[in-house]
Order: sequence, then C-alpha cells, then structure tokens
Amino acid sequence: MREKIERYRFLFEELVKRDFQKKYKGTILGAAWSVLSPLLSLFVMRLVFGSLFGRNIDHFTTYLFCGNLVFAFFNESTSQGMYALVSNAAIFTKVNVPKYLFLLAKNVQTLINFGITLVVFFVFCLFDHIAFTPKFVFLLYPIVLLMLFNIGVGMILSAFYVFFRDVQYLWSVFVQLLTYLSAIFYSIDTFPLAARNAFLLNPVYLFIRYFRKIVIEGAIPSVGFHALMAVDTLLALGIGMYIYKKYNHEFLYYV
Amino acid sequence: MNAIELENVSIRYKIGDFKNIGLKEYVLRKIRRDYHVVEFWADKDITFSLKKGAMLGIIGTNGAGKSTLLKAIAGIMVPTTGSVQVNGRIAALLELASGFDGDLTVRENAYLRGAMLGYTRRFMDEKIEEIIDFAELNGYEERAFKQLSSGMKSRLAFSIASLVNPDILILDEVLSVGDGAFRKKSGDKMKEILSSGVTGILVSHSIAQVREMCDTILWLDKGRQIYFGTDVELVANAYQEFMLSKKVPQGFEDIHTLNEQFLKRNGD
Repeated sequence: MREKIERYRFLFEELVKRDFQKKYKGTILGAAWSVLSPLLSLFVMRLVFGSLFGRNIDHFTTYLFCGNLVFAFFNESTSQGMYALVSNAAIFTKVNVPKYLFLLAKNVQTLINFGITLVVFFVFCLFDHIAFTPKFVFLLYPIVLLMLFNIGVGMILSAFYVFFRDVQYLWSVFVQLLTYLSAIFYSIDTFPLAARNAFLLNPVYLFIRYFRKIVIEGAIPSVGFHALMAVDTLLALGIGMYIYKKYNHEFLYYV
Repeated sequence: MNAIELENVSIRYKIGDFKNIGLKEYVLRKIRRDYHVVEFWADKDITFSLKKGAMLGIIGTNGAGKSTLLKAIAGIMVPTTGSVQVNGRIAALLELASGFDGDLTVRENAYLRGAMLGYTRRFMDEKIEEIIDFAELNGYEERAFKQLSSGMKSRLAFSIASLVNPDILILDEVLSVGDGAFRKKSGDKMKEILSSGVTGILVSHSIAQVREMCDTILWLDKGRQIYFGTDVELVANAYQEFMLSKKVPQGFEDIHTLNEQFLKRNGD
C-alpha cells in the first residue's frame, strides 16, 4: 500500500492540479468563485425563503447555511465524480493505474472547496451570534464521514456512468428532488413523527442535522445517530468498492 | 532468466450492443430479447517465453490480436484464461499521440504524461527542458495543447516517452513519428534505448523495421499463434509472401514453403 502511494503520488498530484486548472479556466474571478458561489446561493435562498420559514427558525441564516454547505459538498462531489472514469478513459486504457485515483483526485478538489466554504461559514456564524463551543470539534465526524460517503456514491455513479450515460440526467433529477427532501430551507419539527423518522432515511439530511445540532443547538447527537451515519457511509463505500473491484477490467470495453 | 512468460493466454473481447445505447434501449432490447453482446477471442492460446534482453517483434494483419496482447502484458487487461508473468518494471507506450488534454498547456501536459509513465516529479523538473528541446517546441511551453499541430503533438508525446528507463519496453507503432528530420531523430533515439539491454516488444506495420531490430518474432493471425521463435528472416519472408497470397500457414512447413516462394519471386 505504502509503495503504491509512493508510486502514484506524482500522478495523483498532477490529476488534482489538472482538475483545478480546468475548473477555473476561462473565468475572470477564478478560485474566488469557490467563496462566491455558495454565498450567492445562500443569499438567494435567504431572500426567497426568509419571509416564508425564517420567522419560525432560530438563526435562520446559519440554519440555511448548514444545509447549503453540506448539500453543495455532496452535490459537487457526486455530480462531478460521476465523470471520473469516462473522462479519464484515455489514461487508464493506456497505462495500468488504479482507477480510483481519478475519483479521489476529484474529491480532493471538492474537499478543498468545502474547506473554503466552511471558513466562510464560521465567519457567518460569528455575525449570527453563534456561540463557539469546544463541541465544534465534533464537526470532524460528519465531515470525515461525508467525505467517505461522497467517495462511495461517486464510485457507484462513475461506474454506472460508464455503462449508461443516462445516469447523468437521472442523477441531476434525483439531486433536485433530494434538495427538497433534505430540509435545507425548512424545519421538520412540526411534522408528524412518522414523517420525521422518514427523514432519517436520507443520509444527506443526517449530515445536515448533525451540523445544526452542534452549531445552533450546541448539543451532540446521540450514539445511535452516529451509528446510523456510519452505516450509511460504510454501505455506500462498500458498494462502490465492490463495483470498482468487480468491473475493474470491464470498464475498458465500454469507454 | 525470462523477462516475460505467457502460458496459454486467451483473451475474450467484447463488442456489440452495449456501447452507447443508453438505459432505455438497454431495457427495451433486454425485454425484446434483442440484446446482443458479441464475444470473440482476440487472442487464443498464446504461449511463449521471452528471454531477458531479447527484442520481440509481433507481426500480423489488422485484428490479429497484437494490441490486445500488449495490453494484457502491460496489465491493462487481464487474460480470460492463462497466465502472464512479467519480471521487471514495465513501460508500455501505446497509442501515444492520444490522451492529452487540449485545455492544458504544453508544460502541464508534459508533467501529466510523465506522471502517467511513472516518472517522478524531480525527474520531470530535471528533464523538462530536454523534453521541450527534443520535441522542438521551444517557445510553446505555455500554449494550450489544442493549439499545436498534430505533428507537434506526436513530437511531444514521443519526446516524453523516450525518457523511459524500464526493464521491459513495449512499443505499439511508436517508432519514428513526425516528419522528415524528426522521424530519423526519433528512430535513432529508440534504437539507442533498445540497445541498452532492455527487453523489448515491438509492434510495427513495417516488416523492414522488424527485420532490422528484432531477434525474436511472433506471428499472430486472428488471435492464433502462427509462429514464435528466432528465425526472424525466414518468418519475415514468409509473412511478406502471406501478405500477397493471403494463405495462412498451418504449420512450420507452410512457413518454409512461403519463404521459398518469397525467395523465388525475389530472384534469389
């Protein structure tokens, strides 16, 4: 493993670099968009939903930002991770490299983006009079898990995308649907119990909820909640790795 | 000691409906039982062992299974049955001119390609000037790759690839690229590498090149192994005769007959 890392490190770094260079090529503001684009979408959502839901939710801006922050990370990693195999076909049909390198490189890029947004998020928390407590350390748990979860989903998607290009359209519709089902801009507190429990089936909601619990409520979620997130993550990662392993030498025929 | 050992290697290749049909068509065809995947043997029962330092030329018409076999040796594909054993670090230079990123600059592409070929960053830092020089691309370093002419692209590809220093080198139609002066320069460079004791495998459509450079020869036809051995001249003659008569030899005697016909026709 260690030897493998050494061997592919240079390639990995170059792939990360390439993804960055390509992303901001032709834009005037370049990497500043990493900060601007989540802020703009936050601004729009605040404007649209502020008067609708804002009055009943404490720290509505922070509440909204938690949802946006997590969801944007998930969306970007998976929607772009989907192309990891197909767009690098010219590489893995020519040289023998581990195919997950491409997806990991993409995820490094989205992680850095997430990190930048997270800093902005904390600045906003200050303005929103959020009390910073030592409990914030617990945020590492959903961040690490979400990272792994994104990689798992990305593996599944990128593999499917090799076989069926329809996946990109299906996924964008699904993500749209998930936006509304993740309680990003509304609260589920007034929902009946059955409905509230149904939200627990949505992994993305769990990550958002965790953030809000720590940041806004200053409380640590239950052990069961932690376990549920871990199960979701391991499931996604496990399925993804299984598919990659099983079809490792099949992708070649389809690209 | 053997550098490469292949034992009964067979590779089943897939082609057919699955490519670019989309989900709806896939489901419909599955329902109509109209979904066809054609599988065929790109290579069938290939067995040989190549000594360290040998230079193998693989000949055969289009669709003979040459490139597929190279991919199996390089580890990009796995054989359906049989085994491939490789002793040493391997570098496969396959279809070099493709696989660059048009949006990146020449320099960025050079680094990415170097990384693909297993070089280290330090090595690339040291050699980048040399690469650009050899490719005659001075002044183009920061240009977008898509702005280069196709000749320039293949020159860059070759120039990066020619720095490889493996135990086993696989070349698929990469000897001598570009035009005129560069063709000679690149041919010389490759010969220099191959004469340094590396074990080589060469796929070339130029039978003259195989005659000149190889000491071992493998003849494939539609995935079958027609001949493997060191009678390069004899087999090359027979192959050239086969290209005219299209009669596939069934054994070593047929190869001899083809060779005699070749010699007779060439007034020997």
